[in-house]
Amino acid sequence: MNKTKLVLIGNGMVGHQFLASLAESGASERFEVTVFCEEPRLAYDRVQLSAYFSGKTAEDLAMGQPAQYAQWGYTVRLNEKVVSIDRDNQTVTSNTGAVLAYDQIIMATGSFPFVPPVPGHDREHCLVYRTIEDLEAITASAAKGRSGVVVGGGLLGLEAAKALRDLGLETHVVEFAPRLMAVQLDDAGGKVLRDKIEELGVKVHTGKNTQQIVDGDNAVHRMEFADGEVLETDLILFSAGIRPRDELARSCGLDVGERGGIVIDNDCLTSDKNIFAIGECALWNGRIYGLVAPGYNMAKVAVARLLGEDKQFLGADMSTKLKLMGVDVASIGDAHAHTPGARNYTYLDEACGIYKKIVVNESGKQLLGAILVGDADDYGTLLQYALNGIELPEFPDSLILPQRGGDGKPAGLGVAALPETAQICSCHDVSKGDVCQAIDGGAATLGDVKSCTKAATGCGGCSALLTNLVNHELESRGVEVNRNLCEHFDFTRQELYHLVRVDQIKSFDELLHKHGRGKGCEICKPTAASILASCWNEFVLKKPHVGLQDTNDTFLANMQKDGTYSVVPRVAGGEITPDKLIVLGQVAKQFNLYTKVTGGQRIDLFGARLEELPQIWRILVDAGFETGHAYGKSLRTVKSCVGSTWCRYGVDDSVGLAIEMENRYKGLRSPHKIKFAVSGCTRECAEAQSKDVGIIATENGWNLYLCGNGGMKPRHGDLFATDLDKDTLIKYIDRFLMFYVKTADRLQRTSVWMDNLEGGLDYLRQVIIDDSLGLGAELEEQMLQVVGTYECEWKKTIEDPEALKRFRPFVNADATDSNVVFVMERDQIRPATAAEKAANTPAVPVKMVS
Amino acid sequence: MTTNTKLISLCSKADLVPNSGVCALVDGRQVALFYLPEDEQVYAIDNHDPFGQANVLSRGIVGSIADVPVVASPLYKQRFSLIDGQCFEDEAVKLATWQVTLLDDVLMIDPKPR
Repeated sequence: MNKTKLVLIGNGMVGHQFLASLAESGASERFEVTVFCEEPRLAYDRVQLSAYFSGKTAEDLAMGQPAQYAQWGYTVRLNEKVVSIDRDNQTVTSNTGAVLAYDQIIMATGSFPFVPPVPGHDREHCLVYRTIEDLEAITASAAKGRSGVVVGGGLLGLEAAKALRDLGLETHVVEFAPRLMAVQLDDAGGKVLRDKIEELGVKVHTGKNTQQIVDGDNAVHRMEFADGEVLETDLILFSAGIRPRDELARSCGLDVGERGGIVIDNDCLTSDKNIFAIGECALWNGRIYGLVAPGYNMAKVAVARLLGEDKQFLGADMSTKLKLMGVDVASIGDAHAHTPGARNYTYLDEACGIYKKIVVNESGKQLLGAILVGDADDYGTLLQYALNGIELPEFPDSLILPQRGGDGKPAGLGVAALPETAQICSCHDVSKGDVCQAIDGGAATLGDVKSCTKAATGCGGCSALLTNLVNHELESRGVEVNRNLCEHFDFTRQELYHLVRVDQIKSFDELLHKHGRGKGCEICKPTAASILASCWNEFVLKKPHVGLQDTNDTFLANMQKDGTYSVVPRVAGGEITPDKLIVLGQVAKQFNLYTKVTGGQRIDLFGARLEELPQIWRILVDAGFETGHAYGKSLRTVKSCVGSTWCRYGVDDSVGLAIEMENRYKGLRSPHKIKFAVSGCTRECAEAQSKDVGIIATENGWNLYLCGNGGMKPRHGDLFATDLDKDTLIKYIDRFLMFYVKTADRLQRTSVWMDNLEGGLDYLRQVIIDDSLGLGAELEEQMLQVVGTYECEWKKTIEDPEALKRFRPFVNADATDSNVVFVMERDQIRPATAAEKAANTPAVPVKMVS
Repeated sequence: MTTNTKLISLCSKADLVPNSGVCALVDGRQVALFYLPEDEQVYAIDNHDPFGQANVLSRGIVGSIADVPVVASPLYKQRFSLIDGQCFEDEAVKLATWQVTLLDDVLMIDPKPR
């Protein structure tokens, strides 16, 4: 069979996509492909062009690789341009005089930057922004100048402005229209964007009609505007839109549009059935698409038609989301409400520079368009509403209003709600169905799905949506993305928990023999210890459990950097008697411990040696203290404000409730530490909203907040239920904690756990308040078992000679660790640094306690 | 190898904690001892954690990596082979080890590190 002679004219992004799609179709051997590329290099990513100025090289931006093209069997003619097409004889002629026969031509000649024909536009240092050669010229020119002007305040113009700013020029943007990004934004959105960009030091001049460019007095150029104003600058960059490159098509008599563009039909065929045109040079239905995604689509249609497959180009959605100089901007569908009967909802926050607008249809049920400036997080959700005609919630404005106070956040549009046809990635036209197909075909990770569908490999705007979708789909297929705990157990923590419960497993050895392999490790052993403790609540230093614990759990104290420990007795609710306070002081003094007040309203005593721990605790237990579990993944503290007993504003007894809570849940082993707080009024002095469980008194009872935390990634708790009486409050917390203990992953805090529950807060309400799983009674009963079997681990330890043996520093000698050395600082001890140890800085003598 | 060794008694078997560690002083050096009853083996390695610069390894969690018995430091969780002291996170770090044997209920050690 004779190969079809295919000539591709143009190797830009769309031309490259055509070649890649053809290769992927597996049918490329049916074609003899010649590629004409007038630039000195193969296709590169023009969308990311401005990255060239923030450190990316031409190689980084490259898309087409010579080796790849060779492997695909394509002949590439670099630096060579087709200058004429003889349609009668079916040949093309290039600028080198070469003549080539063709069966089919793909024109992907792209566009060129429009330069307004004002006098002086062709002066030196008047440049455009389209190719890598342009970038090199801009760099060279910028090196000689101090300031630069971009003519054009659209999408590309602002990209170009970023480039000039990155080159260190004083940067101006001159726009003919009265606002920036006139096509995508409205006046209010344009103003917010303008304010943000000006904050970044770029000066914006709108409503400016350039009359001529002449020699400047203090700079290379002077731009004179129609309103009489002038602007002096060293460099001018035109970015006032694009025009299709259709000169070759014109010269061979193909149909072109009145205002340019090669006319194509739904098959991407021109008026000559042997010639296709794709990308920015093509005019479909009277429209030029100046975005890469529709161009990619046309490329795929052309490949399909060449192979005789049934695929058509039927227009494209022009919604966009981008970051312009760090400012999020997005525009969806009918952003200007041109549709008859359309209504707007807008939200403007001038303080933070956020503008959001949605356009809905007359019935208020369908989203027609949207504009987002300053915060485009809602883009994915809104786009799906618009593209798929999903019915809007009762109050559409809830989609753009900020969510405060934790409650009432409308459930984000779940990926499950999307139809199969929903487009996930617009750059590569990947639908939800495509993603599902990839997963059914064996893709088992996000990475697999990306490399197999190309989704999220274009602009990346859909990554979050794609991740959600992939996770959801994998989960719904029961696929585990290797969530195995470690090499010894092919189970998640949650699964191990069930195994322990169901098989009534009481020790790690039993668990390992029945369900694992090897000897265990520092990951599975403490996890198993925690599960065993939450289920059966046995003494953690009981022989079979001893080797499972992290050192902190083994020695019931927190190891510090020098191998000594800190001691934190429980001070429930932060309430402490003077006598007990004195005991803490006396112990600290006797054992020479560094003393510090913690954030959880307790007192931390540092610098205790292993062998001192039992002696310290004997005194503490005698004085009525209990262990504070500061060493465990368990309930830590219940912080409280002083509450209505003393406070003029308090509406309920927060201290009393905090003490009751702390005593109820103390010792509960959990996947991660758990913190509570109780505030006596809405002034919230106990900072309850930053805790896993936060309780705030109201006139009518208690408000319950769940799943907050401080730490590395602070998060406010969500308001879970309001005005509860104490019994209901305890019932909910029992259920919540036990459900968390049963189902969370290892080291997963409540916030992350809840975010990972399908349905989030609402689901949690159903389980806990409505008892949708019918688990309520069981959860309460299991909690009751934990509460009922509580023992102070330190009290038990000091009564157990076997357990005490572990606190000997050496099994064969009565000595102390000579490597533990303290020096004094601010009247207390601290560990000596390595340098101080080496220099023998006068150290604090070890106090031997009898 | 063992021809010239002079083993001395260190402690009793009861002083060891199954599947966990204790510490002993041998010629002024701290030695971490780990007793793995399943293998009927006691392992002895340096108690000094070279990363955390503290004497804490006997207080780490014992486990295995592909059948090699290891201890994880309680400070920064680096893992060391109990057999030859090799660190799994840093090839350049290898701890001293000692030869130990259980003779009936007494643990014997060659005081010279291997």
